[in-house]
Amino acid sequence: MTTTQDSAVAVELITVVIDGFEVSVPKGTLIIRAAEKLGIQIPRFCDHPLLDPVGACRQCLVDVEINGRAFPKPQASCTIPVEPNMIVKTQLTSPVADKAQKGVMELLLGNHPLDCPVCDKGGECPLQNQAMSNGRPDARLDGYKRTFEKPINISSSVLLDRERCVLCARCTRFSEQIASDPFITLNERGALQQVGIYENDPFKSYFSGNTVQICPVGALTGASYRFRARPFDLVSTPSACEHCASGCDMRTDVRRGKTLRRLAGDDASVNEEWNCDKGRWAFKYVTALDRLAHPLVRNSEGVLVQASWPEALAAAAAGLKGKRAAVITGGRVTTEDAYGYSKFARIALKTNDIDFRARVTSDEERDFLATYVVGSSTTYRDIDSADQVALIAFEPEEESPIVFLRINKNVKKRGLKVSAVATKQSIAMDKLKAEFIKVAPGAESAAVLALSLTPKSVILVGERASESAGLFSAVASLASKSGAKIAYIPRRAGERGALEAGAIGNLLPGGRPVADAAARVDIAAAWGIDSLPTQTGRTTSQIIEALSANELDAVVIGGVDANDLPNGSHVVAALKKSFVVCLEIAPSSVTEVADVVLPVAAITEKSGSFLNWEGRARAFDEAVVDSQHRSDVRILSMIADAMGESIMLGTVTASAREFNQLGKWDGARAHFTPVAAQGPRTLSGNDALLTSWRRLLDMGTLQKGEDNLAGTRRPTIAVISQKRADSIGVLTGQQVRVSNTYGSITIPVLVEDIHDDAVWVPRNSFASQTLIALNAVHGDVVTVVKA
Amino acid sequence: MTDFIEPQKKFNVENSELDINSVPFEEVKQPGPGSLLEQAKGFWVTFSTMFKKNQTVQYPDVKAPTAPRFHGRHQLNRHPDGLEKCIGCELCAWACPADAIYVEGGNNTPENQVSPGERHGAVYQINYLRCIFCGLCVEACPTRALTMTNEYELADDKREKLIFEKDDLLAPLRQGMLAPPHPMYPGMTDTNYYNGDVKESHPSQNLNGQGQK
Repeated sequence: MTTTQDSAVAVELITVVIDGFEVSVPKGTLIIRAAEKLGIQIPRFCDHPLLDPVGACRQCLVDVEINGRAFPKPQASCTIPVEPNMIVKTQLTSPVADKAQKGVMELLLGNHPLDCPVCDKGGECPLQNQAMSNGRPDARLDGYKRTFEKPINISSSVLLDRERCVLCARCTRFSEQIASDPFITLNERGALQQVGIYENDPFKSYFSGNTVQICPVGALTGASYRFRARPFDLVSTPSACEHCASGCDMRTDVRRGKTLRRLAGDDASVNEEWNCDKGRWAFKYVTALDRLAHPLVRNSEGVLVQASWPEALAAAAAGLKGKRAAVITGGRVTTEDAYGYSKFARIALKTNDIDFRARVTSDEERDFLATYVVGSSTTYRDIDSADQVALIAFEPEEESPIVFLRINKNVKKRGLKVSAVATKQSIAMDKLKAEFIKVAPGAESAAVLALSLTPKSVILVGERASESAGLFSAVASLASKSGAKIAYIPRRAGERGALEAGAIGNLLPGGRPVADAAARVDIAAAWGIDSLPTQTGRTTSQIIEALSANELDAVVIGGVDANDLPNGSHVVAALKKSFVVCLEIAPSSVTEVADVVLPVAAITEKSGSFLNWEGRARAFDEAVVDSQHRSDVRILSMIADAMGESIMLGTVTASAREFNQLGKWDGARAHFTPVAAQGPRTLSGNDALLTSWRRLLDMGTLQKGEDNLAGTRRPTIAVISQKRADSIGVLTGQQVRVSNTYGSITIPVLVEDIHDDAVWVPRNSFASQTLIALNAVHGDVVTVVKA
Repeated sequence: MTDFIEPQKKFNVENSELDINSVPFEEVKQPGPGSLLEQAKGFWVTFSTMFKKNQTVQYPDVKAPTAPRFHGRHQLNRHPDGLEKCIGCELCAWACPADAIYVEGGNNTPENQVSPGERHGAVYQINYLRCIFCGLCVEACPTRALTMTNEYELADDKREKLIFEKDDLLAPLRQGMLAPPHPMYPGMTDTNYYNGDVKESHPSQNLNGQGQK
């Protein structure tokens, strides 16, 4: 990774001659890459630019001569760095290298089955292609090929066909070097060498899909794409991942209007050719969910009935016009849509009551976002150049997997120091060799203040910090004390974009504070209106309370599940008594109580962009063309027109153009008022403080319809400390009941390194949905007993 | 409205550079009966045909057989035990110059074994509005699943009817065949199937108790 500082240092260039052409490359460059620079393609299987060289397949043999002395035999060009006075002859100019490559190919094909017609890789297979370009036209080997049982499931989503393997070790090197999940390895020796899994340990990795993508033959295939299509059937569209705020570049492959697979795109500054299994395989929800096809309007008998678009828009406009109304958008809308919601609230509803945070939140978080996050630009590169990374209320592997991969890369390559302030030890902390600063739930602030960082450090703070009073204040104070950079990493893909678009009560688009008169004038002028509402808007929970107390009459909701909010039944009750306009892709707990339901496009059916946690725009085009659905912003524009308060955002492009023209606010940031941390709490008997977070693969709506992926979920367990286990008399694997007055969860227990006062359960996993079952959030008191 | 019509320019011979008199005039002999004998020769051809074998058939009441390798409607063949030969590899679709074939592969499971091995053709369509009967698909087929029959009556009154599904294309079940899905012949691998080692179905393959044909 060349950063701006690095490029200032003169890079030592070495000039070599390849096939008679001179090329100058930085010292340490491998011959195979220097040849690429000249456009000379040397065949290869094991070589991958992001993995350490291994020289396993021997396909890239070339003739090498240094200082006039030639190597006696052809050498693997993927393992030898260039040196001064080196002369390389590839297969193009050296008959010896060409013969050697053909010989290697012949040996590789000696045991490779000729089952290309049934192999998923057929048509896009490096072995097929290179056998054509650098192989012998006919086979000389006669006799039986080595056979194995085929295929074997190394996890529920990845299948291994050992006959096809050419032992390039790309998958095993990826698992070890990139993901740090050494679950697959090369077993046996000689002709029997094969990729294997540890017998009692299935290949449960959040990054297993990458091994399928980098396999140069069809040895590793994905279960859900198995036999579904050939490359020539697919229409590929560059896209961005909608699942988390990492912002992976993706490619979506569609056959006849149906998404069949998604692959990681190549963006060196973000995801570096990798992605997580959720991004790769969780796309079936678009078709698996019972999609809304028509607008629905609640009739005079109180029943939701199908309506035409003009009827529905008129009903929505009538219910919203002149009423005290608010807007809640989930964190899943695109930046363009969020801008539409933001403008709609200010112009059509004349209010600042808008919040994109459909989750557990705090006012402290909102102030923190306005002061430290909006417009900020901490990036992946800052992690690359950091001297220390502090993880606060953030579990990278579960909540932003590509951030985890980037930290892991730096830990492996240069021993980056990682400190994690957390209630519980985690798998990711183990892999990152992180310093585990153990705290009780709610007591994170003191530990954060005690961290010693430098201006080169990066503080990664997750959205869960809002669940512990004073934690954002402690982060702010730590950053100002040490000069370290703050990176706020929300879990959902659309949150950063919504923040920048002003879909929050205290900010206008571009990070302009609502309280700042100059900022309001700025936006009012751009929008061509006289004035904007001046009062800071309500937060999500305040909106729900106001609806409940009849202080608000109506609400526009886009992409929100009531069960993501604390006290979901209360939320539904509050919505039931109000006029609700809901923009959704599928029926949900909110559409059930809505008065007007308007179907919108799912991510593959629309264009737009997300801002990832860095604030980097991740634009995507519609992958499925000819969809009947439209993006939220167009529908909001139509409602506004029906209300007689135009927002003039008829298309996604118009919204993007207008939002970009507004630019960022260069005036003063809102002042952040620190919040005091909660005092220590005393617990009695079997009481414990609940701590929990969402796992990457859980019961999330966007993972519906993908059973193979669900098979690689981590097991649902409750985690308690040894001391607590002794006191209630349970052993790892036995059942415990975590309960409060609201309800209970009974799941197996794992005794691990966790604060003695705490019990950890997954927030939204199978049999453990804390918000629904316990109505409890981080830091609440629950009782843990043996079940 | 005649005002708007441009008067046609007449070809003016006098102004033309072409000298009509310079073109050599050649007398052409007019065709026609030269003599009675020649006339009789001509009628003899007609007369003699009356005693030759008649080539016209009363189609559709009478149908003349085609040449043995005539390119007619496709057929998806079966192995001798009834399992389908098609593995859904899409090579036929790939080879098709008219883009007339649509295939989707499917996974063979123990409960749903349609063809030997791992993979079968789940959807198979040939669009006879597009097909040009070139036979490249037959050449491409790696399992000899796709061949062509001599059936040529492929006219219909609706476009939809000319998209043939797998059911329309599959060969009929013959002696010793069982309708798939059913398990593979005991002790046989997909390689044995391709080598022709399976000659008929085995009683253990008959799971549904269907009458063996």
